[in-house]
Amino acid sequence: MLSRTAASLYWIGRYVERADFTARLIAATVRLDALTSQPEGAAAWASALTVIDALDDYEAEGLPKNQRHAAPFLACSKTHPGSIFNCIETARGNARAVRTALSREAWGAINHAWLLFQAHTDDSDIPALLQLVEQVQADMLGFTGALDRMLQHPSSMFIHLGAAIERADNTARLIDVKYHILLPEGELIGGVIDRDQWTTILQTVSAVNAYRYLYSGGLNATDVIEFLTLRRELPRSLIACANEVVNQLQAIAQVTGHFDQADSLAMTRLANLRRLKVGQIIGEGLHEYVEDFIDQNATLAEAISRQFRFI
Amino acid sequence: MQRNKVVQTLTMVSRCYDEIYGITNRSAARADLEPLTQWLGATPHADLAQRQHAAEKTFRELGITFAVYGDASAAERIIPFDIIPRVFTARDWTRLKAGLEQRARAINLFLADIYGAQRILADGVIPADLILTCPQFRRELVGLRPPHDVWAHISGIDLVRTSEDDFWVLEDNVRTPSGVSYMLENRAAMIRLCPELFRSFRVAAVDSYPDLLLEMLRSVAPPHAAENPVCVILTPGPFNSAYYEHSFLADSIGIELVESADLIVERDKVWMRTITGLVQVDVIYRRIDDDYLDPEVFRPDTILGVRGLMRAYRAGNVTIVNAPGTGVADDKAIYSYMPEIVRYYTDADPLLPIVQTWRCREPASLRYVLDHLSELVVKLVDGSGGYGMLVGPTATYAEIDAFRAALVAEPHRYIAQPTLALSTVPTLNATTQAPRHVDFRPFVLSGPKGVVNMVPGGLTRVALKEGSLIVNSSQGGGTKDSFVLLDGASD
Repeated sequence: MLSRTAASLYWIGRYVERADFTARLIAATVRLDALTSQPEGAAAWASALTVIDALDDYEAEGLPKNQRHAAPFLACSKTHPGSIFNCIETARGNARAVRTALSREAWGAINHAWLLFQAHTDDSDIPALLQLVEQVQADMLGFTGALDRMLQHPSSMFIHLGAAIERADNTARLIDVKYHILLPEGELIGGVIDRDQWTTILQTVSAVNAYRYLYSGGLNATDVIEFLTLRRELPRSLIACANEVVNQLQAIAQVTGHFDQADSLAMTRLANLRRLKVGQIIGEGLHEYVEDFIDQNATLAEAISRQFRFI
Repeated sequence: MQRNKVVQTLTMVSRCYDEIYGITNRSAARADLEPLTQWLGATPHADLAQRQHAAEKTFRELGITFAVYGDASAAERIIPFDIIPRVFTARDWTRLKAGLEQRARAINLFLADIYGAQRILADGVIPADLILTCPQFRRELVGLRPPHDVWAHISGIDLVRTSEDDFWVLEDNVRTPSGVSYMLENRAAMIRLCPELFRSFRVAAVDSYPDLLLEMLRSVAPPHAAENPVCVILTPGPFNSAYYEHSFLADSIGIELVESADLIVERDKVWMRTITGLVQVDVIYRRIDDDYLDPEVFRPDTILGVRGLMRAYRAGNVTIVNAPGTGVADDKAIYSYMPEIVRYYTDADPLLPIVQTWRCREPASLRYVLDHLSELVVKLVDGSGGYGMLVGPTATYAEIDAFRAALVAEPHRYIAQPTLALSTVPTLNATTQAPRHVDFRPFVLSGPKGVVNMVPGGLTRVALKEGSLIVNSSQGGGTKDSFVLLDGASD
């Protein structure tokens, strides 16, 4: 496989995943916003913008931090590189460049999402915007489904690899939402709003019921943190993502017969996560742990791009 | 009712031959084509329009788009598709095929000669200066023999028709002719949307084109290449107007679609960068022009080509399809000598005639052309895509004056031809069907030892604007499926 093709596939995986995450983040923040009274709603949107490193860009545009302005910015902005639109556009550009490596259905899902944005014109119509976000999520799900029906070939492996790297990053950032959003004055840790905030985070990863199933003790921060980091049953947990990265790298190595630095970094990370206990994470400081994880993930991504000669 | 409408509109262009209804106000179809008119009569307009819409929707979803240069608002458009097919009888095709084979062989022999012994120039058949001063003639390639002496591996030979029996070659495209993906996708759409047509007509299949193409590519690999030669398609990238076709072809024949950055030349061999290291490439089907192939030899500022490619080519380590330098054979001034060229190399009269052509480089011709600009079609000798072209009868005074000035300044850059009454085929419009002018581009594959192959079909382009003679997609043209009927299908 051409190195450029592998790189494009990997970035399709990453950008489709990122588009999906931003869509989830918007939906979650709409809910968080609704849970708090003004002006705390601004904190919810500020937090959403912070976790995806978009706060500076947003403030540069001089927009107020509310749903009316932040939701279109996160979904449709042409200037913000992380907007859903730009993620889809980049994914589509990469897909166009490797059209031959994708099935018609996989391409069709990405192209369909892109066409939805072409048809969307009125950013001030928030219900229409949220519906668009939902439809795009359905297309991204369709893409993942099409991927599973593609030939077991390095093509799909590189897409899965990119998606797993991106998902690890996204889940880590999502956990960090709680660090950035402050409880309204007078609210207690473990109180109603605190727990609603954690519930919203679980909703973002479609895992409220899964949490209830695995944890009988009700909602508490320690369990949610363990669930999102160390429980392999949850496909978006840090450990599940780390495991998926190792699996995809191994599958690629079986085809190519090569094994290198990215493989060993990925396996070391998985082994560390397996030994880790939630108490250690909380003891070390959740925010610090998450920041450290995001850095490690970026190092691994660099090793992957070197190993397969992406550049 | 519907048929009457067609005929009424037809009288407006009654000088032209209609491929279904014939030359005059005949309301009956040509005998062979009755199933088509029955189908057209029996299928309501709304139904045809709905099917056409479905086809175009599929094309858009598949991303079968092309870019129009200089039109940012329409960076990605689909080429309009017309649901009414154009039909050739078995007899039509037999004639065309023989003529196309002859022409493709002659073009390859001509190219081998002018880059070799130049016998045709020594014998005075063509003026030597016409070749030697042609910008598409690559002096630096003289003396070089491509593997198996094949130059124009893929030719797109544009034909027009003016009556039941009169076909003309309008131009030869032997650089990087495009459009074959539309031939294949249009057929796929027709089979899906109008299956009943394929029951009333026995239509020859075109699906083997990708196989023939791969077979040809492998057959022209350098003689010492490995048993399984590595073939690739070289594209300028996703922003090229024909990118969909490049990826479609790579996909259909199962070879890599590479860009400039994927290839590197080391030790006079071409390699591609893969996830496991460098892999040697034997055959490059390039879809970029000569000018951009290699900064060492051609334009030094190219970012589309591969540095050192021509060194590898000279060393005989890679085949380039089509060979660099073939553009000289589709120069429109040299085109005017094609009958002599065909006779010279095949010892036979050309089976397909060319259109009368005035070479403006010749003073007498220039005078004639300047005096008759409003009747003629004037073309740049190296133009393509319908650009740099004057259609006298439909041009404004200002356009004619601009061409007059250009002709006087640089006469050698132009040729002129009479305005042909191109044949028409009924074409769907908003409310009914109306005759629209068409041309036809079959794709001819040439391999070693004079082997020539083609599928029975090609790309029919249609000028969607009433009265327009310009069929190029960049100028608002559309496409149709082109049926070639199997023998005995018409009884």
